[in-house]
Amino acid sequence: MRSTGGGLAWRTTRVVALALFAVYFFLPLLAMLDFSTRQLGTTGRTLDSWANLVTDPTISSSIVTSVLLAVLTTVLMLVLLVPTMIWVRLRVPQAGTLVEFLCLLPLTIPPLVIVVGISNVYAWVTYLLGDSALTLTFAYVVLVLPYAYRALDAALASVNVVTLAEAARSLGAGWTTVIVRIVLPNIWGGVLSAAYVSAALVLGEYTFASLLNFSTLPTVLGLLSKSDARTGVAGALAALLLATVLLLLLSAFARRRRTTKGA
Amino acid sequence: MATVTYDHAQRMYPGADKPAVDDLNLEIADGEFLVLVGPSGCGKSTSLRMLAGLEEVTDGHIRIGDRDVTHLPPKERDIAMVFQNYALYPHMSVAENMAFSLKMAKVPKEERMERVKEAARLLDLEQYLERKPKALSGGQRQRVAMGRAIVRQPQVFCMDEPLSNLDAKLRVSTRTQIAALQQRLGVTTVYVTHDQVEAMTMGDRVAVLKDGILQQADTPLNLYDKPANLFVAGFIGSPAMNLLRAHNVDGHAKIGHVEVPIDRTAATKATGDITVGVRPEAWRIVGEGEGIPVKVSVVEELGADGFVYGSSGEEGVPDQVTIRIDGRRSHRKGETIYVTTDPTNVHVFDTESGARLS
Repeated sequence: MRSTGGGLAWRTTRVVALALFAVYFFLPLLAMLDFSTRQLGTTGRTLDSWANLVTDPTISSSIVTSVLLAVLTTVLMLVLLVPTMIWVRLRVPQAGTLVEFLCLLPLTIPPLVIVVGISNVYAWVTYLLGDSALTLTFAYVVLVLPYAYRALDAALASVNVVTLAEAARSLGAGWTTVIVRIVLPNIWGGVLSAAYVSAALVLGEYTFASLLNFSTLPTVLGLLSKSDARTGVAGALAALLLATVLLLLLSAFARRRRTTKGA
Repeated sequence: MATVTYDHAQRMYPGADKPAVDDLNLEIADGEFLVLVGPSGCGKSTSLRMLAGLEEVTDGHIRIGDRDVTHLPPKERDIAMVFQNYALYPHMSVAENMAFSLKMAKVPKEERMERVKEAARLLDLEQYLERKPKALSGGQRQRVAMGRAIVRQPQVFCMDEPLSNLDAKLRVSTRTQIAALQQRLGVTTVYVTHDQVEAMTMGDRVAVLKDGILQQADTPLNLYDKPANLFVAGFIGSPAMNLLRAHNVDGHAKIGHVEVPIDRTAATKATGDITVGVRPEAWRIVGEGEGIPVKVSVVEELGADGFVYGSSGEEGVPDQVTIRIDGRRSHRKGETIYVTTDPTNVHVFDTESGARLS
C-alpha cells in the first residue's frame, strides 16, 4: 500500500503541525484561565473574577445586550439578505453585480470612517427609537453584510437555483413555495454559516459600540481590563467560549437536520 | 388531455434585433407526440419554454385545449416539464420528488402515496423510493424526472432534451421506453431535441426549426420523402442528403457536364439555378462514363448495407458525396465509380430561395 513509505513522513508532519497549532491556539487560552483564577499574593485559586461576570450588574447586563444584539442582527440580516439574494438570482440576475458591490462596500471602508458618518444618523435613531444599545442592530447589519453575503453567495452558487425553481414552478409551485421549500433547504448550510459569522462578529465588535458610547460586552470588558484585569480576562475568555459553543451548536443543528431528513 | 396550439407565437428578447421564435403556428393534436428539432440556437427550447410559461410570449397566443394560457403563470397551465439535467430536488428523496406536484395540488396523503407507487412501478423505481437523487445513476435520475412528471397527470408533457445526459446505449433504450410510455398514457407531448434520429424515431410528427422560424412540421416519413426546403433536406436523414448545385437545362439538371433527368413539373417551375438533392440510397451505380464520377475515399461496410464516401471533380458537386451500396459489393479506396439517379428519386430545390420545386 502507499501509506507505508510516504505515509510515515506525512503522518509525522501532520502530528507536528497539529501540535504546533494546538500550542499556538490553546496556550493563550490556558494562560488566560490561569491568570483569571489566580489568587493575589498566594498560590491558591479563586473563581471570584468569574463570579463577577454574573454578579456585577454592569457586566451581566452587557452580556445580555451583546447576545440580544447578536440575535437581532442575525435575524434582521437573514430577513433582508436571503430573500433578496434568492430573488436576484432567480429574477434579476443583471442586478447581481450591483448587490454584490453594495454588500461588499462596508468591507472596504474602515469601521472608524463608517462610525463618523453614521453618528449623525444615530442622532435621529436615538431620537426616534430611544437610546437603547439595541439600536446598534442597524449599524451591525451593515457591518456583517460582506461576510454574510459571501457565505450565502457560495451556497447559492453551488445549487442550480434557476432550473430547480423552473422545475418547481412547472410542477405547480408559486414563488413563495419555490423559495421556502426548494431553494432554502438547499442553501441551509450557507444560511447557518452566515448566521454564525454575523453573531460572532457582533459579539466581538468594539469600534462602533465604543465610539457611539454604548455598553456592550466588548466595551465593558475594555473598561474593565483597566480597573480589574482579572475579571476582564475572565470575561474575554467567557466570550470566546460562548462563541465556540455557538458554533458547535449551529454545526450540530445543521448535521442533525441533514441526518433526520435523510432517514 | 388536450390539444396545444401555437398561434403566431413570438418571443423577442429585450435588446435583440430579431425574435428568438418568430410567428410560430403549430397545432398539436390531443395525445400526439410532437418533436421540435433543429440545430442549437434555433429556438426549439424557447418554443417549449413558452408553452411551459417559463418564457414570456411577446406576441401571439398559446392555447392548451380551449384555454388561452399565453399569460398564465406556469403553475396554472397544468403541464409537467422534464429537464435535460433533470432538476431533481437534492434535499428530497425520490418519493418526495415524485410527490412534489401532488403536494402542491393538496392531494391527500394516501392518494399521493398511491400515485407515486404506481408511477414507480411503471418506471421500475420501486426499490429506490427512499433514496436521495445523488445516490442514483444517470438513467435512474432520468426515470425519476419522468416519474415526477407522470405522477402529476398533466394535460401536456414538456420534455427538454431529456436524454442528452445519458450515454449512447442507454439513450437508445430509453428512447423507446419514453415513446412507449407516452403511447400508453396518451398525454400530449412536446419533446425538444437536437438529434434528428431521436426526432424521427420518437415523434408522431416532427417540427423542424431554424433561426426561430418553423421550416416544416410533418410525419417523419413525409419529412424524409418531401422536405419543404434545402435546410430540412440537409438536416433530416443520416447520412445526410447529397445536395448538388445544377443548371436547369430542358428538363434536365446539368451538374458540371453531366446531365441528370429530373421531374418535369419541377423543371417547369424552376426559374433560376436549382439544387438537386439525392439521398445516399437513391444513387444507382452505372457503367464507366455514364454518370457522375466519384473517387472513393472511405468505404463503410456495415453488413446489411454500406456507405461509400467520395469526391467528384464535377462542378457543383459537394466535397463529399455519400452513396449507399449493397453490403456485399465491395469497392476499394481510390477506385472511381460512376453514379446516376432516377427522376422520381430526386428532390429539386430552387438554389436561391431554397424552396422545394418537385
